Amino acid sequence: MSWLVPVPIVLPLLGAALSVLVGRSRVAQRVIGVAVLATVAAASAVLLVAVERDGTIVARAGDWPAPLGITLVADRLAVTMLVVAAVMLLGVLLYAIAEPGAERNHVGFQSVYLALAAGVSASFLTGDLFNLFVAFEMMLTASYVLMTLGGRREQVRAGMTYVVISLLASTLFITSLALLYAATGTVNMADLAGRIAELPPGVRSAFAVLLLVVFGIKAALFPLFFWLPDSYPIAPSPITAVFAGLLTKVGIYAIVRSQTLFFPADSRPDTLVLVLAGATMVVGVLGALAQDDVKRILSFTIVSQIGYLAFGLGLFTVAGVAAAVFSMVHHIVVTTALFLASGLIEQVGGSSRLTRVGGMVRKAPVMAALFLLPALGMAGIPPLSGFVSKFALVDAGIASRQYVVVGVSLLVSLLTLLSMIRIWTGVFWNPVEEPPADGPPDPGGRGGPLGMLLPTAAVVACSLGVAAVAGPLYALSERTATELLDRTSYVAEVTRR
Amino acid sequence: MTIVLAATAATLFAVGTYLVLQRKLSRIIIGLGLLTHGANLLLLGSGRRGSPPVIGTGEVGSFSDPLPQALALTAIVITFAVTVLLLALAYRSWLLTHDDEVEDDVGDRDVARAEILREEIHDQETAMTDGIVDPVP
Repeated sequence: MSWLVPVPIVLPLLGAALSVLVGRSRVAQRVIGVAVLATVAAASAVLLVAVERDGTIVARAGDWPAPLGITLVADRLAVTMLVVAAVMLLGVLLYAIAEPGAERNHVGFQSVYLALAAGVSASFLTGDLFNLFVAFEMMLTASYVLMTLGGRREQVRAGMTYVVISLLASTLFITSLALLYAATGTVNMADLAGRIAELPPGVRSAFAVLLLVVFGIKAALFPLFFWLPDSYPIAPSPITAVFAGLLTKVGIYAIVRSQTLFFPADSRPDTLVLVLAGATMVVGVLGALAQDDVKRILSFTIVSQIGYLAFGLGLFTVAGVAAAVFSMVHHIVVTTALFLASGLIEQVGGSSRLTRVGGMVRKAPVMAALFLLPALGMAGIPPLSGFVSKFALVDAGIASRQYVVVGVSLLVSLLTLLSMIRIWTGVFWNPVEEPPADGPPDPGGRGGPLGMLLPTAAVVACSLGVAAVAGPLYALSERTATELLDRTSYVAEVTRR
Repeated sequence: MTIVLAATAATLFAVGTYLVLQRKLSRIIIGLGLLTHGANLLLLGSGRRGSPPVIGTGEVGSFSDPLPQALALTAIVITFAVTVLLLALAYRSWLLTHDDEVEDDVGDRDVARAEILREEIHDQETAMTDGIVDPVP
């Protein structure tokens, strides 16, 4: 089965190259893009089944044994993320094809998007810390291009901030890699797990915090989140959806992977992570309440939701990490759905400011439903997936006696509901307060072109699906968490000759 | 030799940090370049030194560690590509604004403006209650 592991990385890269070659025909580019991502989704699903049946699968480049060669490791966490990411990437691509905008006007969109997909897959699958850096760069470079597609003034301004911050984070990543290599003499993750344990406790803690900062910038943890609400809303809607759904979660994935795999239980910065998680939740949701633009409110909400994921991880118990893994799946799907719906709002209403659009519930009832379901899911209303995620987190928090952060998380989920209600009343119930000068564009019946509605509906259906299969999915998350905290099976599987 | 390498990396980090904190885009880009150079030197210094690897013969222990060199090479290529992209963005920004300065975030500016407006209204109200100015008819 190990031949299948590189497919989610290699196939999108080949597709990207092919997409450049057929640049003259948009139809051919689209066929390539959709076919590649559909195949990646299928391959990831097969990998998930295989990993569930046989355990971790390791692919060795050139068949060199672990610490020498480059390894790709498909364990439960990696393949679960891979499946969700591939499905979301496919859904957003279909949406982008139907949307009049970024994809239609730019020859490079499809190839850069596929490069982004390859970067995301590589970040999940790599078993080598330096390759994680390369995968991050692949993903980020593609994201720089996608964010500034069109080159409008505000895009260049926000894109500049985004690129500079990400580049600084990458430089910090290389610096920590250099220090780690100087201390341990390896960059292979499984090998690092053993070598770091031999270091003095102070050095170990320093590395734990250094890596937390490096990945915290990408994941938008407090106090390193300022770039996110500034830059995400500027990108074209489908791009914002995929960034919001996937890029920050890749950062969280890297935090989960590095903190659980590299560091033994006594040098994990658990209290620090919990404090940061609480602060991220509170600051994010307060920021969301202060905004008056749908996309900016949602961007701040992502920051706040990142806090929940860090909360689950910070407990470092099986229940906590399992809740974090489940929440990651839930957040990826729900945030993608919300941003796709906000793209529809912009398409139909001509703006995403709360005061400029209104009365959408009558004009576009289908769109209203497509926004309402993930919004309630995000706020954690039963029986939607957000409820399961928050229930699991709170349950794990109480079991670990972390009552303060549990209380904060409950308060924040109330405030999240409030910010969702603000969008709902502003966009869907209230009349337009400041009609734009040239009159609102024609809503066209159902609200938005059918090609955009269908992918949004599919992603919303996925978010309902997460709630429907919550039982088996949570069981999978629990197995993942056990595997993550145990570490020995990962290390044994990778270093086996 | 290692101390010279370390001092060079430290200087590059210091100068780079100073430049990144400036408001001119060109300085930020040069600062990022220096920072990445510092990081690459640090990466280079993290391996064992010795005679050139692969070429010639010698005892296994006498060769320098080739891995950090390979890593630094990869990192250099990546930062080169990203710097080109940054320069293109900076040029675009110059074309659009005819200025090299980093612009404020629109949302932040709105918040700041609202704050000033609120203060002015407050000043106006206090002035009216104190009888300094006549209320607006």
